[in-house]
Amino acid sequence: MSLPTSFRLASYEELFRQLPYGRYFFNSVLVTGVSVLAILVFGSLASYYISRYSFRWNPWLYMYFLAGMMIPVKLGVVPLFMLMRQLHLINTPWSLVLIYSGIGIPLAILILTGFFKTMPTEIEEAARIDGSSELGILFRVLIPLMKPALGTVMIIQFINIWNDFFFPLLFAQKESVKTLQIGMMSLFGEYSTDWSVLFAGLTVASLPMMILFLFASRQFMEGLTAGAVK
Amino acid sequence: MSHNAVNESVKGSGSRWQQVVIHLFPLPALVIYSVVIVYSMVAAFGYSFFSWKGLTRDAFVGLDNFVTLFTQEPYNETFWNALGHNAYYFALEMVVQNGIAFMLAYVLYTKVKGAEWFKSAIFLPRLLSVIVIGFLWKLILNPNTGVLNTFLKTIGLDSWAMSWLGDPDTALTSIIMVNNWFGVGFSLLIWLAGLQAIPAEIVEAARLEGVKGLKFIRMIVAPLIVPSFVIITVFSFIHAFEAFELVYAMQGSQGEPYMSTDTLATYFYRNAFGGTSGGDSVSIGLGSALAVIMFAIISVVSTVFMNVTRKYEVEL
Repeated sequence: MSLPTSFRLASYEELFRQLPYGRYFFNSVLVTGVSVLAILVFGSLASYYISRYSFRWNPWLYMYFLAGMMIPVKLGVVPLFMLMRQLHLINTPWSLVLIYSGIGIPLAILILTGFFKTMPTEIEEAARIDGSSELGILFRVLIPLMKPALGTVMIIQFINIWNDFFFPLLFAQKESVKTLQIGMMSLFGEYSTDWSVLFAGLTVASLPMMILFLFASRQFMEGLTAGAVK
Repeated sequence: MSHNAVNESVKGSGSRWQQVVIHLFPLPALVIYSVVIVYSMVAAFGYSFFSWKGLTRDAFVGLDNFVTLFTQEPYNETFWNALGHNAYYFALEMVVQNGIAFMLAYVLYTKVKGAEWFKSAIFLPRLLSVIVIGFLWKLILNPNTGVLNTFLKTIGLDSWAMSWLGDPDTALTSIIMVNNWFGVGFSLLIWLAGLQAIPAEIVEAARLEGVKGLKFIRMIVAPLIVPSFVIITVFSFIHAFEAFELVYAMQGSQGEPYMSTDTLATYFYRNAFGGTSGGDSVSIGLGSALAVIMFAIISVVSTVFMNVTRKYEVEL
């Protein structure tokens, strides 16, 4: 072992040519992207329903969703595993997408209903009188106004899902569906002496978070404590 | 405008079809959440009352799995050993992570200059994945080549340089310290939010009365920061009693060395999915019983704690 001697990109080349690191990266992007999108869309729809209509069951529905924030989901992993096996979703990205969406929805609903409550209803009333459909009101009128709250939700989910390795450890064991976190574990085993490749791997896995943080450090910090400080 | 009025206008303007469509809005979230979170927890309860052959459910055995965990060797020994480690994890996280976080938050609260920059810096580790953190700290703690021991030897503290992760006496503490380094930024933000919520009139009044320093903390801050204390305690408790990721990333699921880093979650993992190198054989029944016990500990303690502390919260 010695100090770094020269700058070169060969280790990155090795990472992507000889290891399926590009594949891992793609899988992480796919799983994280689809899950976050599902959480945002389904979370907005449910929050809109809960905060803008006054059906009898709405307070109960809200409580039912929020209860999920206190549940340690890891403890339900055995039934989840059995379920995904029956649905033939083990070793596909979709088992992960489903699980992450389920985990992310309660916090999204907490944040988004909180945001809806601060917004006046006059704008939607105007749109409704103009003949907008309910879905049109949500997506064309409200969503553009909700960007700050949606951004908060997006950032929390993005960081949690991108960095998670517990669920891929069990649900994405096949080489072709491994995410970066799992791919890195095998990298540590195989390349334990080749530090340049190791650190190239670490960098690739951590860079997206770092870049995002650079641009939105305040939202990051607000986002991650949003569920706690209420 | 009231919600009823909104409903009226929906009924007025929309067709019957529109009214049906509305009820579809929460459906995707409801279905996914119910299946992933609610079903899996309820099913885990159910699983714990059966014996299992591999991944196939066998006979209904009532509370047998629980009895085995609490009374049979070596299951009971492993259980209490792991539970003790979780308790230790919680205690150390409370004292070290949350204690240091409070001191830092208080400094930021009183001296605002540069707070944003400092907050970002101390929060940075939270962006890295546990796999990356575990790996980097394993390098730092390496007994022969690690930065920590090299440093200790350089400054003449050779006797302090040890095999941090290889010695049963220091392995768990080392992991928890890494965990605290990882989480201190998060605790800091919660403390800081609590401090900044103290009304300015009260702070001003205290200043005019000449209340400052430790007396200010004891008389003004302490009673008003109870909500943050409750949140931080509950978060740390849940986090410590389901501790898995960092332990796994640094020491694997076998509790190495000599079960000194075993936690309830790694014990659960071995029961549910088998050890990576021999170890316990898979037992879905025992694993599910463990999950139920962990769930009970987490929910009962958190709920009782929140109810007990409620009467100390000051209404403003």
